[in-house]
Amino acid sequence: MSSDLVSQAHGTGAGTLAIRMEGIDKYFGAVHANRGASLEVAPGEIHALVGENGAGKSTLMRILGGLMKPDAGRVEVNGRDVTGWSTSDAIAAGIGIVHQHFMLVPTLTVAENLVLGSEPTNKGVLDYPRAAESVRSLSTETGLAVEPGRKIADLSVGEAQRVEILKVLFRGAKILVLDEPTAVLSPPEVRELWTVLRRLRDKGDTIVLITHRLDEVVDLSDTITVMRAGKTVARIKTSETTPAEIARAMVGREVALSAGKRVAASSGTESRGNRGLEVRDLVINGSRGTRVVDGVSFTVKPGEILGIAGVEGNGQTELIEGLAGLRAIAGGQILIDAVDITRRPVSARHDEGLSHIPEDRHRRGLILEYSVADNLILGVQERFTKRTVIDGAAVLANAAEQISSFDIRPPDGALPARALSGGNQQKVVIAREMSRGFSVLLASQPTRGVDVGAIEFIHQRLLEARTAGKAILLVSAELNEVLALSDRIAVMYRGRFPVIMPAAEASEDVLGEYMIGAKKGNAA
Amino acid sequence: MAEEKPRMFAGVAWRERAEEALIPPLVALLVALICGDLLILSYGQSPAEVYRLLLEGTWGNAYGFGQVLYKATTLTFTGLAVSFGLRAGLFNIGAESQLAAGGFAAALAGLALPVGTPLIFALLVCIIAAGAAGGMVGAVPAYLKTRFGAHEVIVTIMLNFIVLAFLNWIVAARLHVPETLHTPEIHAGALPRVSEIFPAFHGSAANLALIVVLLVAAAVWFYLFRTSGGYSLRAVGLQPDAAEYGGISVGRVWLQALTVSGVIAGMGGINYVLGYKHYYEDGFAGGSGFLGIAVALVGRNHPVGVVIAAFFFATLSQGGLAIHAFVPKQMMDVLQGVVILAVAMSVPEVRRVLRDSRRRSVA
Repeated sequence: MSSDLVSQAHGTGAGTLAIRMEGIDKYFGAVHANRGASLEVAPGEIHALVGENGAGKSTLMRILGGLMKPDAGRVEVNGRDVTGWSTSDAIAAGIGIVHQHFMLVPTLTVAENLVLGSEPTNKGVLDYPRAAESVRSLSTETGLAVEPGRKIADLSVGEAQRVEILKVLFRGAKILVLDEPTAVLSPPEVRELWTVLRRLRDKGDTIVLITHRLDEVVDLSDTITVMRAGKTVARIKTSETTPAEIARAMVGREVALSAGKRVAASSGTESRGNRGLEVRDLVINGSRGTRVVDGVSFTVKPGEILGIAGVEGNGQTELIEGLAGLRAIAGGQILIDAVDITRRPVSARHDEGLSHIPEDRHRRGLILEYSVADNLILGVQERFTKRTVIDGAAVLANAAEQISSFDIRPPDGALPARALSGGNQQKVVIAREMSRGFSVLLASQPTRGVDVGAIEFIHQRLLEARTAGKAILLVSAELNEVLALSDRIAVMYRGRFPVIMPAAEASEDVLGEYMIGAKKGNAA
Repeated sequence: MAEEKPRMFAGVAWRERAEEALIPPLVALLVALICGDLLILSYGQSPAEVYRLLLEGTWGNAYGFGQVLYKATTLTFTGLAVSFGLRAGLFNIGAESQLAAGGFAAALAGLALPVGTPLIFALLVCIIAAGAAGGMVGAVPAYLKTRFGAHEVIVTIMLNFIVLAFLNWIVAARLHVPETLHTPEIHAGALPRVSEIFPAFHGSAANLALIVVLLVAAAVWFYLFRTSGGYSLRAVGLQPDAAEYGGISVGRVWLQALTVSGVIAGMGGINYVLGYKHYYEDGFAGGSGFLGIAVALVGRNHPVGVVIAAFFFATLSQGGLAIHAFVPKQMMDVLQGVVILAVAMSVPEVRRVLRDSRRRSVA
């Protein structure tokens, strides 16, 4: 079926393609990241490159940008064979990659960052006025509004991203590759970015957008390339397809696009002592001593999902770390089932029934060098220990059980966690946290960087836990996710909750206004 | 469109792990040997002849082999000590002074016990004293790190000066036999020499501390890879943030790891004091603590690797004496340096090549 889909949209005519990649193969150790992948992008179009996590999109783009060389295959840019070129060749040829993680020097100003590497000088000294002037003119030309004199460290995430885009344009990029650009933006910022990208396209630039959000794809792109398991499985004109069809091509089967939640909230689970999570006037200080969580109060009842929406960096990370025992509490109170755990260490919180899916699985959630089996006991290792000795057979039996019930692939507990794809690594974390007895679950970005199929699976598990009477606090940068799963939604803005509302009353637009501080509520 | 993810079996992973553990150090050894050849040639000697003499003088006769065993014993102690710290992500540069403190405490215990104390009891007391003294020295950087965030490398380096100077002073001022820098002979706790069982080893310093160190190595292996304490310790060494998330107290693990590292290094003092000279002598550690760092690195922080690396470095050190007539024995010091550099540089490189070739065979 894939071959007909690929041939479906070969209507770009005889003109030279901006990008033509064919038969690209790339290995990382035993992982075959690209297997004969292809990509054709016409000049002056917005081309969406979609696929599950681990499908090989980023690898393909790194090959295009000269960051790595393909093991086989051919790369052409504007009709010229450039296979195996270097990053400087790629930049010289007008390829500009905007990375997911910003590569800016925080202590320098916007203008200084932009001219870095090609500084205009006057007698050997940086000619700052000239640098600022050229930045300003590029900024007005493209509609990417930035103030050249401000330090990167003082910018919001959205502004920093604009600088990142300006940086590649400044170097003369005509082909822009954006890797998951909206992951850190609020809805108004996303709309602004769309406007800019459309303007750049109309100016004649070519744009490749890597994303896994189907609504964005349909919204913005002209053409779509779908990758699955390292191969290109479809190339479709956006006007001729639907989100359901794209999702099917990505996963290879039918997918439920929104979690079917609305089962009646389980009642009667509120037995004595079973009171979920209660937080009162919580204050947490950030790394620089500023109040990042500023007197927040809320409860999550058993059988309820409380979603926290908000632009990243408004205190969500610190709130969750504080609740989990990973960050000092400066004031207030945290109770699990009416037990005060405010000053208790992590292990004691585990014992009181707290589970935690951390936002950063590579830093916190997994020990990458440990085997999957060993990772599945992190935090509960004492339960697998008899008189200080770990019961290896029990660890393996536990691994076999979790691997099959959470469909972790490849199904081998002896593999190091590092060898798994992002989605499967996340399943390891979720399997561990949701299979131990718990009454309160902190789920922080539970589906970040996870493919569509796994997202569906994870959502199902969260809803099952809710039905089973667990209290779940969900933090997600994906507004859709918060809206689809939550019973009530709180918005976090500058360390406070301006509003907590029933999910039925919430919508993207309503939440968006609170998220950017345009509307100030009265809750907490 | 079936799933084509490569199914990897545990057995394959095992073989790969073994290859990655063994091949890189062997390549490093080869590089070192080639450098040694060039050095020997530059001295106008035949490499084959010098290597033959080196092997003959170390593994070729019972005395030489006994000396290798003796030197390897101390190096295994210090190598295990350093690797134990490294497994928790901590660099213990203080094994030198911990070793000296352990030897001193063993001698004190042996002097305090009356003549005729039953050997097993005396041994236990002396070994515990040695471990406790090393552990006390190791606990200082551990405490300063967890309490004040002081870097363990700086603290252990500085403690080396303080502890060694203190021992020098106390021996010189209070405990020495006149005209010497060593204490009187211990009354109890002397370990039997290997030569008492196998007379061929006559004259060599090899003694039953060898058995003790192998037991310690086995215990370290068991602790690291089979107990929940070892699970936590390695987790802290690999990813402290993830360990903290898993409810492991990072500070407590650091405290334990550096203290135990000191205990192991301190116990190394028994090899010289109980097994060889039967007294504490100023400066007996003679760099074995520092060489323990190289042993740990070359042994890749695995107890088995540490034992092998300790034998290797002991062979070089003893071999230097055997070939002294042909080339200066300092050449062995140069060779040691070459081995360390070769391991540091070639291990990542060889590993990369291994992975690349494996990948091609998968394809």
